Amino acid sequence: MAIDTLPESSIPVTRPFRLRLGFLTATPIIAVATICLALIILMAIFAPLLAPHDPLLLAPAQRLKPASAQFLLGTDAFGRDLMSRIIYGARISLVIGLGAAVCSIVIGLLIGLVSGFFRWVDAVMMRVMDGLMAIPSILLAIAVVSLSGASIWTVMVAITIPEIPRVARLVRSVVLTAREEPYVEAAISVGSSLPKIMWRHLMPNTIAPLIVQGTYVCASAILTEAILSFLGAGISPETPTWGNIMAEGRAYFQVKPQLIFWPGLLLSIAILSVNLIGDAARDALDPRMKQREGK
Amino acid sequence: MTNVVLDINNLVVGLGRKADAHRIIDDLSLRVAEGETLCLVGESGSGKSVTSLTVMGLQQKGTLIPSGGSVKLVGEELLTASDRRLRQLRATRMAMIFQEPMTALNPVVHVGRQIDEVLRAHTDLDARARRQKILAMMEHVRLPDVERIFASYPHRLSGGQRQRIMIAMALVLEPKLLIADEPTTALDVTTQKQILTLIRDLQRDHGTAVLFITHDMGVVAEIADRVAVMRHGRLVETGPLQDVLRHPKMEYTRNLLSSVPSLVPRTPRPETTEPVVLEANELGKVYRERSLFGKAREVAAAQNVTLTLRKGRTLGIVGESGSGKSTVARCIVRLIDPTSGGVRLAGREISDLSRRLLQPHRQKIQIIFQDPYRSLNPRVTVGESIAEGPINYGMPRKDALARARQLLKLVHLPPDAISRYPHQFSGGQRQRIAIARALALDPDVLVADEAVSALDVSVQAQVLDLLDEIQKRLGIALLFITHDLRVAAQICDDVAVMQHGRVVEQGPAAEVLTNPQQAYTRALLDAAPGRGWDFANFRPVSEAAE
Repeated sequence: MAIDTLPESSIPVTRPFRLRLGFLTATPIIAVATICLALIILMAIFAPLLAPHDPLLLAPAQRLKPASAQFLLGTDAFGRDLMSRIIYGARISLVIGLGAAVCSIVIGLLIGLVSGFFRWVDAVMMRVMDGLMAIPSILLAIAVVSLSGASIWTVMVAITIPEIPRVARLVRSVVLTAREEPYVEAAISVGSSLPKIMWRHLMPNTIAPLIVQGTYVCASAILTEAILSFLGAGISPETPTWGNIMAEGRAYFQVKPQLIFWPGLLLSIAILSVNLIGDAARDALDPRMKQREGK
Repeated sequence: MTNVVLDINNLVVGLGRKADAHRIIDDLSLRVAEGETLCLVGESGSGKSVTSLTVMGLQQKGTLIPSGGSVKLVGEELLTASDRRLRQLRATRMAMIFQEPMTALNPVVHVGRQIDEVLRAHTDLDARARRQKILAMMEHVRLPDVERIFASYPHRLSGGQRQRIMIAMALVLEPKLLIADEPTTALDVTTQKQILTLIRDLQRDHGTAVLFITHDMGVVAEIADRVAVMRHGRLVETGPLQDVLRHPKMEYTRNLLSSVPSLVPRTPRPETTEPVVLEANELGKVYRERSLFGKAREVAAAQNVTLTLRKGRTLGIVGESGSGKSTVARCIVRLIDPTSGGVRLAGREISDLSRRLLQPHRQKIQIIFQDPYRSLNPRVTVGESIAEGPINYGMPRKDALARARQLLKLVHLPPDAISRYPHQFSGGQRQRIAIARALALDPDVLVADEAVSALDVSVQAQVLDLLDEIQKRLGIALLFITHDLRVAAQICDDVAVMQHGRVVEQGPAAEVLTNPQQAYTRALLDAAPGRGWDFANFRPVSEAAE
């Protein structure tokens, strides 16, 4: 019998497992989320051009002004322009969100890969991770910030640490399954070194779940930063962050609800958008999930 | 023909609703009469399972759409029947048994209760009568100790017992039609033989019509009255068993039959005095399950296994699942560490070497795995996969890729395959790639762990030919692990038969497989399905002897 037919040479080489960007507009809701997030990112990047006033400029004469042509959203208790502060606040939120996501994924990936592969490292590492997970993340973050002083970097570290165990466990579980695959055993038998096996044969399996996990970490980091600021345990109060604006507005909530409303609205939109995009990425990377939900 | 039970006429099943949808089943007509077994044979993707699911009304709704023809069960049209009616028919008139009884049974419900559910749904019997009927049925399918099994969970039963439960469940309401979809494929040969006999006997007693789906010609020869051969969703040929096996009309059927390896061992190659390349001395692997309380449990997966393999020869390790044959293979390649005994590769002991010291010896012994879909990293190109070994041992990347091209040619694949990813290749082609990867390091010994078991017979024959050719050309020694005695008979010079982790019989293939000394080897040979047929020569083995 003839050897079963081969793919023709003219057939283009197709790559498996590519995340095509088309998923960002898969449904109208996801498209809206993508647009919202894009607008917030643009707003953060071009903050100096967009903000009508200096977000730090104190003007006691102008305090608690209502919305007007000069101050589109009014001013806060120190006479600073609310709109400018919100625009600049997007910068901190996004830097912290993205930074915490990248840091926790990089560190969690390393820990997860190593403990998925070496049993004795696993035993130690996973107990450390269990310990970390047992502490409420906000408490841990407050402790880290108060020990080392508040700055954007310490806040980022404080938010990253509690996320690491989640990422590490995810990576470890993927590695534990993948290392049983015959292609990993084949790599061992052709004499590949351990780092090579981890990097080339195990790590790629973790990319898809990590992209999804990354969006969740990002959303929760943005929220945690706002909570820390709101509690007064975050970045110093004069820096415009959405959490700080809301914390300062708390005292005037009865008379000037917009001080809480506008930063709160942006915070919600940002987090919702990131989460929706995360869900869309998950569906695009693992079509089975979508089917199961559809039933 | 008397009393047609199942009558399929010009059935068309398309993938999707469109008029030009790809046809999974194309113009298929079949008939099964009362008391008759029709074997539906074909290779993977031929549409045999879709046919059975369509009859049962269990095809994926919304994806597989029957768009033409008719399916009649004792005169009643099934394609247009309501879901409610189909549900009624499914236990009372037609029943189905599947390949994997573990997944077909609910793991958290006693098997007795699972049969009871069928009776409760479709009869008015009271609890007592139902229980009596179930116990009687369980005895009927020759289950031992029925009271105990009635109250057992599926995981407490063996694969064969689970399949018996499935059969009892299927037949308890005496359906007119039994559809068996590869019911013995997941079972060991000795169990397979018992289940086949059971289905035969039950059918004779009850006059059931059986539609038996299989890819195994041996099973066909054992059980079929008539045979229908399918390919690409079309019926290739149909006829009484003897006619199809003796005088196949179609080219495809002829090819299919000639691809079935014969149980009669090939003519032995002359003994050689070539050097011994691989030796296993009293190799053992014990798994210890530590427990906090009480004694540690020990399971000996392999004990006292001694093997010798000379350059250019093929040694087969045969045995049923759980016999320890794969454990031995993996110990020899050092994917797992043996707990006792030794492995000598070209005279050098390797079983106690550390990972680092083992490194230079690894390239001398390579392994091919069973599942071609999992043994290649889907994210790495074929060329990179093949070149990985040589690069590990210091070959410059460019040279390694050039070598990959040569090797692809050696395994009869086009060299431009190197830039593609595995998903673009079929199972047989992937297995060729895996062979090329193993050969890239120029090994002395190639270990093939069930390397052709997942392949269709025609592809299997090609891969076996390829291994044979490579062995002749490169003088490689092959350690061939298989559960299939037919394959072993065709490729091995020597055979070691394993049972419960021990080698029970060992010797030249021609002797072990024609004149076995041990009862277990005899039982294995006796259970091999279709042992009476010499498929490739279209005649029974007995006629060949004359």
